[in-house]
Amino acid sequence: MTLPLVYLVLRSLENGWGEFFEVALRPRTLAVLARSVVLATVVTAASVAVAVPLAWLTTRTDLPGRRAWAVLAALPLVVPSYVGGLVLVSTFGPRGLLQDALAPLGVERLPEIYGLPGAALALTLFSYPYVLLTVRGALRGMDPALEEASRSLGSGGWSTFFRVTLPQLRPAIVAGALLVALYSLSDFGAVSLLQFDSFSREIYTQYRSAFDRTPAAILGLMLVALTGAILALEVRTRGRARYHRSSAGSVRPRGGTVVALGRWRWPALLFCGAVVLLALVVPVGVLVFWLARGLASGEPLRLLWGAAFDSVYVSALAAAVAALAALPVAILAVRFPGWVAGIVERLSYLGYALPGIVLALSLVFFGANYAPGLYGTLALLVFAYAVHFLPQAVGATRATLLQVSPSVEEAARGLGRGPTGVMATVTAPLASSGIIAGSALVFLTTMKELPATLLLAPLGFDTLATSIWTATSEAFFARAAAPALLLVLVSALPMYLLLIKERSR
Amino acid sequence: MSRGATSERRNLILSWKRPYGILAFFVFVLLAVVGCGGQEESGGGSASEGSSASGGETTSGGGSASAGGSTSGGGEVSGEGLVVYSGRNEELVGPIIERFEEESGIDVEVRYGDTAELAATILEEGQNSPADVFFSQDAGALGALTNEGILSPLPEDALSQVEERFKDPNGEWVGVSGRARVVAYNTEALSEEELPSSILDFTDPEWNGRIGWAPTNGSFQAFVTALRVIEGEDVAREWLEGVQANDPRRYDNNLAILEGVVSGEIEVGFVNHYYLFQLQEESGGDVPAANYYFQNGDPGSLVNVAGIGILNTADNTPEAQEFLEFMLSEEAQQYFADETFEYSLIEGVPINEELVPLSEIETPNADLGNLDDLQGTLDLLRETFVL
Repeated sequence: MTLPLVYLVLRSLENGWGEFFEVALRPRTLAVLARSVVLATVVTAASVAVAVPLAWLTTRTDLPGRRAWAVLAALPLVVPSYVGGLVLVSTFGPRGLLQDALAPLGVERLPEIYGLPGAALALTLFSYPYVLLTVRGALRGMDPALEEASRSLGSGGWSTFFRVTLPQLRPAIVAGALLVALYSLSDFGAVSLLQFDSFSREIYTQYRSAFDRTPAAILGLMLVALTGAILALEVRTRGRARYHRSSAGSVRPRGGTVVALGRWRWPALLFCGAVVLLALVVPVGVLVFWLARGLASGEPLRLLWGAAFDSVYVSALAAAVAALAALPVAILAVRFPGWVAGIVERLSYLGYALPGIVLALSLVFFGANYAPGLYGTLALLVFAYAVHFLPQAVGATRATLLQVSPSVEEAARGLGRGPTGVMATVTAPLASSGIIAGSALVFLTTMKELPATLLLAPLGFDTLATSIWTATSEAFFARAAAPALLLVLVSALPMYLLLIKERSR
Repeated sequence: MSRGATSERRNLILSWKRPYGILAFFVFVLLAVVGCGGQEESGGGSASEGSSASGGETTSGGGSASAGGSTSGGGEVSGEGLVVYSGRNEELVGPIIERFEEESGIDVEVRYGDTAELAATILEEGQNSPADVFFSQDAGALGALTNEGILSPLPEDALSQVEERFKDPNGEWVGVSGRARVVAYNTEALSEEELPSSILDFTDPEWNGRIGWAPTNGSFQAFVTALRVIEGEDVAREWLEGVQANDPRRYDNNLAILEGVVSGEIEVGFVNHYYLFQLQEESGGDVPAANYYFQNGDPGSLVNVAGIGILNTADNTPEAQEFLEFMLSEEAQQYFADETFEYSLIEGVPINEELVPLSEIETPNADLGNLDDLQGTLDLLRETFVL
């Protein structure tokens, strides 16, 4: 996990400290860094504001069709930011599709979406599901008895939500928010399409325009430092609270704690509908439109089942590896808090905040020079994904693990199981909702990962993401539409299974 | 107390149902692994099927001996087939590489990616680079590899086919197709007569709010580098500041600029010539945009090249040279002229009739090999707040 860090330090100091300070302390570098911090803050706040109500509405209320909403609201996660950004620009651009549609009404030009508002909108729309999924997991794992006790002691619905439910959800919200914040630091697709000068864009520009890797590495190292600062902030929100109970509550038939929305149902539906419309219906609609336009002008329909299979295969492997690797890290962090656990957990976040190109080049460097046997194999690619996306699995696993009482594990130890036995037969099953949510996140993010896939995949290994890239980078939008729709479809299936499985529990 | 104990026990018993979720997941993964194993066994058949169904998607030799390379474990291919790192898009060069495979019987494995990222990859790989050939989108990336001493000299008979202005003075890379810088303009907003005779005139305030450019784009930066080389640092700086004062719209790449021109977001954009033709083909008809060429060796009429270099660590140098010869053959040059709307760089290949012939473009007096001072350009772009 520290390979990217080692690489960055090596490259940064290649030309000595002089260049390091010159690049790092350039006023421009600091200004762009500040802009990135603003972007990450806005996106994180907006994501929490959108996702927490959605999670609550789809788990705890009688919202009509709430399971369908749950699936639909989580799906925007499968839309790659480079596709989502493109769609937003072509729809809401000053002279985009929306303006076309409004032209008869005399609308000549829509207001600008480029810059901070557009970039923040795009990143929020396609990353709020990180918070949604972790919060849903926690809501389902939470003991309803706490809320009932609060209600029976005379608190109203709102007061119960803010004083009991929300504090219980804090670890899940923070875990999701952390993923969103770090993602918005590392994303390149949305910020470049929406023309916002973020730090990751600066790094890409440096790589793409000058063939000197030292300044890019210095910028990468600064991003690592920023990540460190964000992680330190996150630690302060954790505190010493416990989220499990001394004894397990009774299991109730499902639907026991449903809140009747009454006339609030309509605004709730409107809210869900608006989010799903913007984040899912518009992108898919535009893709279908491109596809239809392409087919109409004689493009053959190319369904890349081979690429789809490769995508699913490598993403499933990455998800399994990340889930397996995340469990010990999460257990260490929850059960044995201390500086060792702290460092291990923080390190797992390193690879996540780095733009894909930095991570990929660091593994190119180590792979080609120190592990030539592994270089260019699927194993190294899966390793790259696992390093990149491990925190998604760690965060979700950790949040549910907090709800598991250590006394259950102690009882199992007391009854004669060994530590690994307890982990496999007691801890893992009890934390399964988090583990599954975590591996689902890794699966979905791997499906759309691009920079590392391009540089590290075995030669000739095509995924849906690389097919989309191939088409969009030369503006064959019609040709990009088919693999993009396939990507959404293929990713929707595990997401759907994941969410309907909840019903059986 | 006893109630608590029973409920805890019941909860533990109930929790046994939970492993099914994990179990189901690992069964899924297992199936995926088994599935791939199955595919690998029948690899030859399915790979060729794939390539015929997708119309040239697969480039790794349909049905050939090393088709297994397209699935797992395909990394150790050095020594097997020719390995090409292509910064040129698969949609554009995939079909012609496939034709090379068919005609030469040589297996080609291609890694597609962004030109600069692939150049950085080759630099990181160092001595262990699996790549034999670097097929670059622009001369700048090839120049960067030349500076690091990574490319080997090319055979004279390949070099001699291409004009001096489109190859490395030391013969370590050679251009295979040309792309001209032009101004794309919206034909509904402007006529050709309204456009200035030099790109330097776009600093005039009359162009305020009407220009689109892509400062992060490699082709644009190559042009700025050329401007610095031809007219000097001060003129380049003045030009950048002047255009910047006209509040140009910034795009991510040439294509986005052209889309902006077509949709009327902007009236003129600085792009490469061939995007117009691609967009026309994609949208299946007329778009309200046209290309405008500068005359008289204006810096705005730079012609850059996509080119090929052979790594000096290549394991398959003879095959790599054969690849280069093929790309400079009449067949491949005709392909570039017809399919990617680029300029052929050898004599006697008829070009698309909508193009202004290369011989009529008087390119500015700049050596493409000198356009590798991109750090200087990057610094200038930053100092003028263009980037």
